[in-house]
Amino acid sequence: MVNIPSSIDDTVPAAEVEDVELYHPHSWWTTYVFSQDAKVIAIQYSLTAISIGLVALVLSWLMRLQLGFPGYFTFIDADRYYQFITMHGMIMVIYLLTALFLGGFGNYLIPLMLGARDMVFPYANMLSYWLYLLAVLVLAAGFFVPGGPTGAGWTLYPPQAILSGTPGGQSGGIILMLVSLILFIIGFTMGGLNYVVTVLQGRARGMTLMRMPLTIWGIFTATVMALLAFPALFVASVMMLFDLVLGTSFFMPAIVEMGTQLQHGGGSPILFQHLFWFFGHPEVYIVALPAFGIVSDLISTHARKNIFGYRMMVWAIVIIGALSFIVWAHHMYVSGMNPNFGFFFATTTLIIAVPTAIKVYNWVLTLWRGDIHLTIPMLFALGFIVTFVNGGLTGLFLGNVVVDVPLSDTMFVVAHFHMVMGVAPIMVIFGAIYHWYPKITGRMLDEIMGRIHFWVTFLGAYLIFFPMHYLGLLGAPRRYYELGESAVNPPSAHDLNVFITLMALTVGAAQMLFLFNLVWSLRHGKEAGGNPWRATTLEWQTPTTPPPHGNWGKELPVVYRWAYDYSVPGAPQDFIPQNQPNPDRLSMENAS
Amino acid sequence: MAVVLILVLVAFASVLFHLLSPWWWTPIASNWHYIDNTIIITFWITGFVFTAVVLFVAYCVFRFRHKPGNRAHYEPENRKLEFWLATVTTIGVVAMLAPGLFVWNQFVTVPSDATEVEVVGQQWLWSYRLPGANGKLGTSETRDVSTENPLGLNKNDAAGLDDIIISGGELHVPVGKPVKMLLRSIDVLHDFYVPEFRAKMDMVPGMVTYFWFTPTRTGTFEVLCAELCGVGHPQMRGTVVVDTEADYQNWLQQQQTFTQMMAGEVQTTN
Ligand code: HEM
Ligand SMILES: [Cu+2]
Ligand SMILES: [Cu+2]
Repeated sequence: MVNIPSSIDDTVPAAEVEDVELYHPHSWWTTYVFSQDAKVIAIQYSLTAISIGLVALVLSWLMRLQLGFPGYFTFIDADRYYQFITMHGMIMVIYLLTALFLGGFGNYLIPLMLGARDMVFPYANMLSYWLYLLAVLVLAAGFFVPGGPTGAGWTLYPPQAILSGTPGGQSGGIILMLVSLILFIIGFTMGGLNYVVTVLQGRARGMTLMRMPLTIWGIFTATVMALLAFPALFVASVMMLFDLVLGTSFFMPAIVEMGTQLQHGGGSPILFQHLFWFFGHPEVYIVALPAFGIVSDLISTHARKNIFGYRMMVWAIVIIGALSFIVWAHHMYVSGMNPNFGFFFATTTLIIAVPTAIKVYNWVLTLWRGDIHLTIPMLFALGFIVTFVNGGLTGLFLGNVVVDVPLSDTMFVVAHFHMVMGVAPIMVIFGAIYHWYPKITGRMLDEIMGRIHFWVTFLGAYLIFFPMHYLGLLGAPRRYYELGESAVNPPSAHDLNVFITLMALTVGAAQMLFLFNLVWSLRHGKEAGGNPWRATTLEWQTPTTPPPHGNWGKELPVVYRWAYDYSVPGAPQDFIPQNQPNPDRLSMENAS
Repeated sequence: MAVVLILVLVAFASVLFHLLSPWWWTPIASNWHYIDNTIIITFWITGFVFTAVVLFVAYCVFRFRHKPGNRAHYEPENRKLEFWLATVTTIGVVAMLAPGLFVWNQFVTVPSDATEVEVVGQQWLWSYRLPGANGKLGTSETRDVSTENPLGLNKNDAAGLDDIIISGGELHVPVGKPVKMLLRSIDVLHDFYVPEFRAKMDMVPGMVTYFWFTPTRTGTFEVLCAELCGVGHPQMRGTVVVDTEADYQNWLQQQQTFTQMMAGEVQTTN
């Protein structure tokens, strides 16, 4: 056998780890509301993220209605359109995807998969959720203040973001957005430090770093990145607030606003863009890496085969994480920065394609000679591969500086990032929910509803975003309330827009079915048992399902092998749980 | 089975869509067909990879889907295979990056004989300035912008007095001569974008950005703003006309200079 960390570690002692002091809740309130149990916090994070995500989904329908049937729905005027775009983008990227992957899956899976009783700082973990909730409420409050939320685009580029030509620019809207981001980042930092320290310090005996499931590697690396990247957004938000409220000029040069000379002078709008994308590009991978990790485990479990090239997969995650801090200006090729930067950033960007491609190869090579069960998590994993490969490849257009020149700020970009960081990670989220729902609730999600949900979502999303690239190639700019008469908007493009809108509504309807399934299966789902997928990782080996506070009962698990002992030759079953000692070791123990 | 068929269909339908799509770039009107060529190379390489990966997945599902008694093969790593895949990928990436950087080098190297044309963006209107008889643009300053002097030219700079000002009208450029577009904004970000020229660049208040191109055919082209600049963003359109030399000279004669503008009936549009 290849030298893989699955080989028996004979030095691991028997499980003699004593029960850690946990603060056990004493009332309903501290069990379900102000809970310090990472699993409850995970569910709170997830439900909040899904709720605000639904708002973003509805906003996407409204935008699509305007783009498919311009001017037909009179309540969607230009102001509102830009407010919808902004809130949709910001909610999807930060308040849904980041919160769900790290706050949701991170909280649920880190302690369980590592054999810990909880996060190391449960109290800070609880605060993290409440700050997140507050951030969401402040963000949503934007819809109710005079002037409405900001319509500056999710990138919030100044000077436009804080001037009066932009909806919400001189009123509460932009302030609420910035304050909400600041709160989110503070809350995230509390959770994020927890995840990192738990991974580094809280692992069960025998769980070496190179035995961790890739899910944990993905979440861990993404969290480290987020802790390094979010501060850039934090300072940018604070500086912009100062520009707006205190009249400073960090991002404000001399400006004539609608014929009036403003008091500002000397600031640099491009400085904001550098800060924003220093956060914003890593942010793409903060969403992608947990998805990479989770999908690796879904594929391995449901193909009953070890993940191919585990060590390469770990290194690819770490290298992608590191490189993604030196590519940010590929979002700024046409921003007016010194064009010579283009050489550097195009090169670094295309270098990232190599470890990313290796990950794709290893996923498909895991399928090769596997024993593929076409369960719903597996279907979503396949959907992820298709959409991620598609979106990743169009990234090679946009990363290759000169090719980006005609395509940047067109619908090609919108199609690209939806495919790669919208659809693909959401495929993983769905797959993961179908996969872990039985552990969380003790019941399976309904299979038939699941299959309908998968096919409509996967094919529908592909049909929305694949053709959209060609509108961008044609030249249609993004963030256009209406394109009207133009060489880049022929009648055929209009037909395509109608089609895309209809698809968007269909995909949206399928999500309602999913939500119904979530609720319906709570009561009516098939009983799952502790390990319905016959998986190796620790969360499936808990003494009871759903796991109680403290997860493991009396004794913490001890880990004897890596997470991927599927279909090991000679083993009686096609999986060996991570906490199962080797046969010879068992016999040794029995003999003594 | 359905899964296999649909995956194969996704791969082939995507390729067919690409080949048959009526939505393709507008006929080019500048020297940047190099960019179009790089896009074509990229389409070939990425299209090949996409089809190969999706078909491979489909094949795996077809060949290795669960049947009772099946067992997966146990093979944690294969160094050789991983090495070869990484190498081939690197070659593919270089095959796209190399022409890309080569063309980028042309894109950032402005020919010395390019004529300068200034574009000034403001919410939500394009204005232009051409050098006058002296062939030089005078200096300008956002602080100097006023109703009489909408582009903020420096009145004390003699080089600017004969500059030609086009406030809110059409821009004309002669065919076949390289132009360096100097881009400036007096309020927020904008982006001067003519799809047929393939080039675009943001306009940033407080600085002057640029790009260059050579118009290769005459015609009238629409200018779109490609950077969100407030609610008027989609209405911020303009027109560029590429003229023959004679037509261009004709048009140029009819334009007003900065001096004329300051003296005579002021054509303010804001
Ligand atoms: C079926 C689901 C979705 C539909 C139909 C949809 C639709 C749209 C539309 C129509 C726009 C505006 C395009 C424009 O005019 O420029 C947009 C922008 C955007 N969407 Fe989505 N979207 C969906 C899901 C997502 C997801 C899952 C994400 C998460 C990454 C996402 C992130 C964004 C972002 C970041 C923007 C840019 C906002 C801006 O320009 O400031 N969307 N989306
Ligand atoms: Cu990026
Ligand atoms: Cu604009």
